[in-house]
Amino acid sequence: MALLSVSNLEVEFKTAEGVVKAVNGMTFDVHEGETLAIVGESGAGKSQLVLSFMGLLAENGRVAGTALFHGNDLLQMKPKELNKIRGRHIAMIFQDPMTSLNPFLTIEKQMMEVVMHHQGLSRDEARSHAVEMLRAVRIPDPEERIKQYPHEYSGGMRQRVMIAIGLLCEPELLIADEPSTALDVTIQAQISELVSELRKETKMSLVLITHDLSAVAEIADRIIVMYAGEAIETGTVDEIFYSPQHPYTRGLIASVPRLDRVSDDELQAIPGNPPNLLALPEGCSFRDRCSEATEQCYQRPPLWRAGSGRTSRCFQGIEGGEIVAEPTGEGEE
Amino acid sequence: MSKPVLRVQDLAVTFTSFTGGWLQRHERQLRAVDGISFELHAGETLGIVGESGSGKSTLARGILGLIKPGRGRVMWNGEELNCLNEEELRQKRKELQIVFQDPVASLNPRMTAGDIISEPLWTFYPNMERLQVEERTRGMMKVVGLLPNQINRYPHEFSGGQCQRIGIARSLVLNPKLLICDEPVSALDVSIQAQIINLLKDLQKKLGLALIFIAHDLSVVRHISDRVMVMYMGQAMEVSNKTNLYRRPLHPYTNALMKSVAVPDPKLAAAMRKESWLTGDMPSPYQRPKGCIFHDRCPFKVKRCEADVPALRRMEDGDWVACHRAEELDLSIEVPASG
Amino acid sequence: MNSEAETKTNELPIDDPFAELLIEKDVRGRSLWVDAWQRLLKNKAALVSIVIMLVMLLLIVFGPMLLPWEGDFTDWDNTSSPPSLKTGHWFGTDPVGRDILVRTLEGGRISLLVGLVATLVSLLIGVSYGAVAGYYGGMTDRVMMRVVDIIYALPFMFFVILLMVVFGRHIVLIFVAIGAVNWLDMARIVRGQTLSLKNTEFVEAARACGVDHHAIIRRHIIPNLLGVVMVYVTLTIPQVILVESFLSFLGLGVQEPMSSWGALVNDGAQDMESAPWTLVFPAAFLTVTLYCFNYIGDGMRDALDPKDHL
Repeated sequence: MALLSVSNLEVEFKTAEGVVKAVNGMTFDVHEGETLAIVGESGAGKSQLVLSFMGLLAENGRVAGTALFHGNDLLQMKPKELNKIRGRHIAMIFQDPMTSLNPFLTIEKQMMEVVMHHQGLSRDEARSHAVEMLRAVRIPDPEERIKQYPHEYSGGMRQRVMIAIGLLCEPELLIADEPSTALDVTIQAQISELVSELRKETKMSLVLITHDLSAVAEIADRIIVMYAGEAIETGTVDEIFYSPQHPYTRGLIASVPRLDRVSDDELQAIPGNPPNLLALPEGCSFRDRCSEATEQCYQRPPLWRAGSGRTSRCFQGIEGGEIVAEPTGEGEE
Repeated sequence: MSKPVLRVQDLAVTFTSFTGGWLQRHERQLRAVDGISFELHAGETLGIVGESGSGKSTLARGILGLIKPGRGRVMWNGEELNCLNEEELRQKRKELQIVFQDPVASLNPRMTAGDIISEPLWTFYPNMERLQVEERTRGMMKVVGLLPNQINRYPHEFSGGQCQRIGIARSLVLNPKLLICDEPVSALDVSIQAQIINLLKDLQKKLGLALIFIAHDLSVVRHISDRVMVMYMGQAMEVSNKTNLYRRPLHPYTNALMKSVAVPDPKLAAAMRKESWLTGDMPSPYQRPKGCIFHDRCPFKVKRCEADVPALRRMEDGDWVACHRAEELDLSIEVPASG
Repeated sequence: MNSEAETKTNELPIDDPFAELLIEKDVRGRSLWVDAWQRLLKNKAALVSIVIMLVMLLLIVFGPMLLPWEGDFTDWDNTSSPPSLKTGHWFGTDPVGRDILVRTLEGGRISLLVGLVATLVSLLIGVSYGAVAGYYGGMTDRVMMRVVDIIYALPFMFFVILLMVVFGRHIVLIFVAIGAVNWLDMARIVRGQTLSLKNTEFVEAARACGVDHHAIIRRHIIPNLLGVVMVYVTLTIPQVILVESFLSFLGLGVQEPMSSWGALVNDGAQDMESAPWTLVFPAAFLTVTLYCFNYIGDGMRDALDPKDHL
């Protein structure tokens, strides 16, 4: 059985301009020990997706669907029950380590707070556990540095501390929302390496959310590409990078400036801007930016599947695949 | 060879702070930019790459006089910018412009897109007719890829990429001759970065700008630069012609940066990971290593590197490097053909 | 003007998919003020307060004209009479026979006038002083703020009494006295905001575009301060009204026959036991006004809070 099983998850927000559907029917599984990357532009709904089953949505948000963790639906849980799971079984790391850490508390206090709350350890046990975690994320001199404040750490080290805090309770699932975006390239590389190693050492599952497809090439097992609140392509990391089916995925890969390709030509940019969720184009939500769009695309594209976990939401379909779901005919907006 | 339009000589910017309480105040100096020199010609693009703490943003501001340099000279078309008084420098802003990293923060949230782009016109051409100003503003919007009918919208109604376009339009409305782009795409989604890079490249060709493109990622500057400068802790490690740099970097740090770049290719990424060697963080700027500033992280160091500061010196093909061992080391990057 | 650049601006970029569509009409922008206003209106307490204040304003401005008597008309047949519909004195009369309703409304004119004018004075002085001090910084800032500190240290009452003694009890003097003290707080707040605005990237961008200092203060600093200033203003107005009331209570406020709520409360307090209505009505109006401004102020602060803004 999958560790986390999400079915038909929908997230809506009530705003002054109307109802915004941030997530429009996402279904996916996360298995034990696997790293799933959810990739998409800002506004694609990827953060809202995880915030919804972590119980962290803003007040004007509404969730529908199910999110089964070990068979229990997270969306139906009361805050008290959810609190037992958050931090302990499912941990989450956010984008900017500077704002995620309390600048007024030492690292020691912040880490021990988590451990003592969830595992009921004594102060000394908690402290040595925290120091071990810092060591695991390769922070030099952890016994000394644990007494310092966040501003005394560099950006890369703060991100490591965030990972350490996430790992404190040895969660089964770690969710990282844009963990490397604010960091320098060499630090990103080091964090990627760290995460790879940690994955080998524990059986932890990892969900990585990012807008940077390249960043996950190294560590992801499977990838979900999101656009305008929907999964428009899913597959293993090799399938996505070596045989992308959806024009958007192909566009994403082609638009990355690369060191290994010699070209003085223009970068292949995806034209246009991320979609306005209040005014999605008719039919396929990617239609107005797609270089391969045809007349057909004025209708909602069907969902194609080829083998388990390999899907694409496009008229072009997948080789050797079959249509699984006709367009719901749910004419949005 | 035409004369360079911009000449920076030994530019340094130092920040002073005080630590300690009442009784023991002592001064701390942060050498954010520590002696940078380079030349730039019209129509040429210099890419400057460095990580946080390298001083690249401070360099940009130091060149433009937004921060006062501690030493060094900046010559623009033969005229020394440091010698100008405040008003004269202000007038020079017509020709020297900058695009900022955070597209939303660099726009006044209470002004419309049109006003933001028109402001430089109001400032330097106060007698220009309102209609003329509007016409030029709309024209500028079209040039940067914005619909002119969005002229009355506010920054919060635009996406990040669009806000950056507004910022670019604002910087170009006076038809400057030098444009410094301080990490213009770092805050944008990867899918939008390509658009903005293409736009800048295009505009540079059309307007004959001298362009300085600052980034923290070597792959980003590759498409747009003619030459690339690699900075580390306020100093230039290498200034090379693009083709040379990417094929055979001269400085170990450049080599390390290249190996750290993320590529959208799992097998290639794994291969590069095996080869990457840079560990740890940049040392604290208050505890600068003696000798070569990179020596404590460098796998190729020798005794000399700990004591002598390597000067930025010229190599055979016109590239510059600050490394004692530049002639001996072969830091070529062999990139396996990608699948 | 550069004609070379003129021709360049007519070319369209390559990747604009909307190139062909060139829509004619300009789209209207939605400024942050509009957003804030909408949020304010959703706040029930603030909305009710705004409505009440508008009604009160109408009453105060037009009410006395609709009533059959003026504030200083003494109805000898009905002195100290309780509120009744029969006598036509809906709020009753005071010991001299003056109609309390008219007096209250006319008193409201003075109170609100003092509130608004004194606040306006403190606004104009405070904002410009604070913005200049904060923007230029350095010695200018230090000197200017020391001046504020010194004036702050002067006892307000002493200052007002001194002015009254020297110049007599004139209404303009009240504006001056109150305004002269209130601007200090405003200046401090504005200076603080200016300090943080000064370091924003869009101010740096303006400097990089060659915008001169005056224009930066005018176009970039002040509009971004206004939110905080407006909240402060709505909280200052009741403060000023209260100060004026206090002065009147001490007998230092407006002179007869003009009256303010404070003066009415003072008078009413003396007849509290025999004719409580002379105290209750003016006090009620005063209290309601203070509450309303406070709710509006709170509502505005919430509406302008950037954290809620997506």
